[in-house]
Amino acid sequence: MAAKRLKTGSDFTWQDMEIGNVVTEPGSAALRRTGDWRSQRPILDKEKCNKCGLCWLYCPDAAIKPLEDGYYEPDLFYCKGCGICAKVCPKDAITMIEEEEK
Amino acid sequence: MSKRVGLEASHAAAEAAKMADVDVIAAYPITPQTHIPERLAEMVADGELNAAYIPVESEHSALSACLGAAAVGARTFTATAGQGLELMHEVVYVASSMRYPMVMTVCNRALSAPLSVWGDHSDAMAVRDTGWIQVFCQNSQEAFDMTLWAFRVGEDSRVLLPVMVHFDGFHLSHVTEPVILPEQEEVGRFLPKFHYPFALNPDKPMTHGAFGPPDVYSEAKIAQEVAIRESKAVAIQGFKEFGDIFGRYYQLVESYRAEGAKTLLLTMGSFSETAKIAIDAKKKKGESLGLITLRLWRPFPFEELRQAVKNAETLIVFDRCVSLGGPAGTVASEIRSALYNEKKRPKVVSFVGGLGGRDMPVEDFEYIVDRGREIAEKGSKELSETVGIRGEVTGIRG
Repeated sequence: MAAKRLKTGSDFTWQDMEIGNVVTEPGSAALRRTGDWRSQRPILDKEKCNKCGLCWLYCPDAAIKPLEDGYYEPDLFYCKGCGICAKVCPKDAITMIEEEEK
Repeated sequence: MSKRVGLEASHAAAEAAKMADVDVIAAYPITPQTHIPERLAEMVADGELNAAYIPVESEHSALSACLGAAAVGARTFTATAGQGLELMHEVVYVASSMRYPMVMTVCNRALSAPLSVWGDHSDAMAVRDTGWIQVFCQNSQEAFDMTLWAFRVGEDSRVLLPVMVHFDGFHLSHVTEPVILPEQEEVGRFLPKFHYPFALNPDKPMTHGAFGPPDVYSEAKIAQEVAIRESKAVAIQGFKEFGDIFGRYYQLVESYRAEGAKTLLLTMGSFSETAKIAIDAKKKKGESLGLITLRLWRPFPFEELRQAVKNAETLIVFDRCVSLGGPAGTVASEIRSALYNEKKRPKVVSFVGGLGGRDMPVEDFEYIVDRGREIAEKGSKELSETVGIRGEVTGIRG
């Protein structure tokens, strides 16, 4: 009896890989949910925030978004929870909380 | 008109890189490869060669600089040996996985310790699984020819892989021999301009070197494996085109006076020419004997090897590398594996020798043929024997 083909999570084949695994469409990282392995997330206290923008500037993964009202907001789809924003905030307006603390 | 000049293999490789009109050279000098970057640096400084010569602080940086050059579609060249290739090691994998064509000469050198600047094949064997095409040269002419061929094959749009051109440190790198240099026009006919289809370009951005999570990595590796296996057809085509233009025809596996021979000796690299003298001497005495040389090491030429040895009774494989704690002879081990499922196959006998620059004169090759036949006939407890070792060695691999 022939062995059954194994199933894996994705359906693309090795023939679908680009040569050298290049990604021909730039900017596609934003489409991938890479915030799902975060263990802590930043919480912003607007009362303390003075809109200085250091969190946005220091975020190593461009996961802090400037809002129209001048405040900043972490993009939890993409944020890995490193805590740099909380560390650099001069007003202690950002607190890191455990992901399970809803 | 082509011209015949006296060149050591290192300078022949440098001449070939120059005639290939390389764009970027990044190399770090190391014995016994030093004459190659030295000569190329001279050519660039003297205006003989219009290329960027990047002086780097290590071999790791040399190959990393080459990655960047290849990524923008530059014709890229480097050279190293022994410890230098070891220091490059992680980048060696990156070049082939990212499908960056480039040519690297490796003047084969033993690996420390004890510290040795002299030749053997340990460095080449340590990178056999890295996905580079690997070819071995027997003389200075081949050092020139294989370098041109390496650019032609690696840059082919069906291949897009880096190529290592191996020749023995000192035994070949520093030996002056007659070399026929072709006309630039002939080289131009053989080697078209390099067009890398994924060259980095700010007008058409793309990502090189992205992350490969578990559901991608296997597919990426198999795609790479298929690419290097399929490069064999282009390697053969490259040799044919080379012969048609320059008049010297090469093969992946070469036979020397091997027709109908009961015993075959198999070698790689410059020691093959010494082995040929031993074969000639023994054939004169009427022995049924021939020589097989592996020119292409990666991709391994399975079919060609099986064809070349299928009618022999005994195949004696000579290795210049020892797989410590393993099967001893690295090449012999692969050949045993390549023949294992064949219905008709010769007995394979393994010898290791010529380590760390130890010379292998003609009589040593005559000895391993005689001793090899003896082992094939009577059997041996050892998987491999070491040529000329002082002190008795028994029971290590029983």
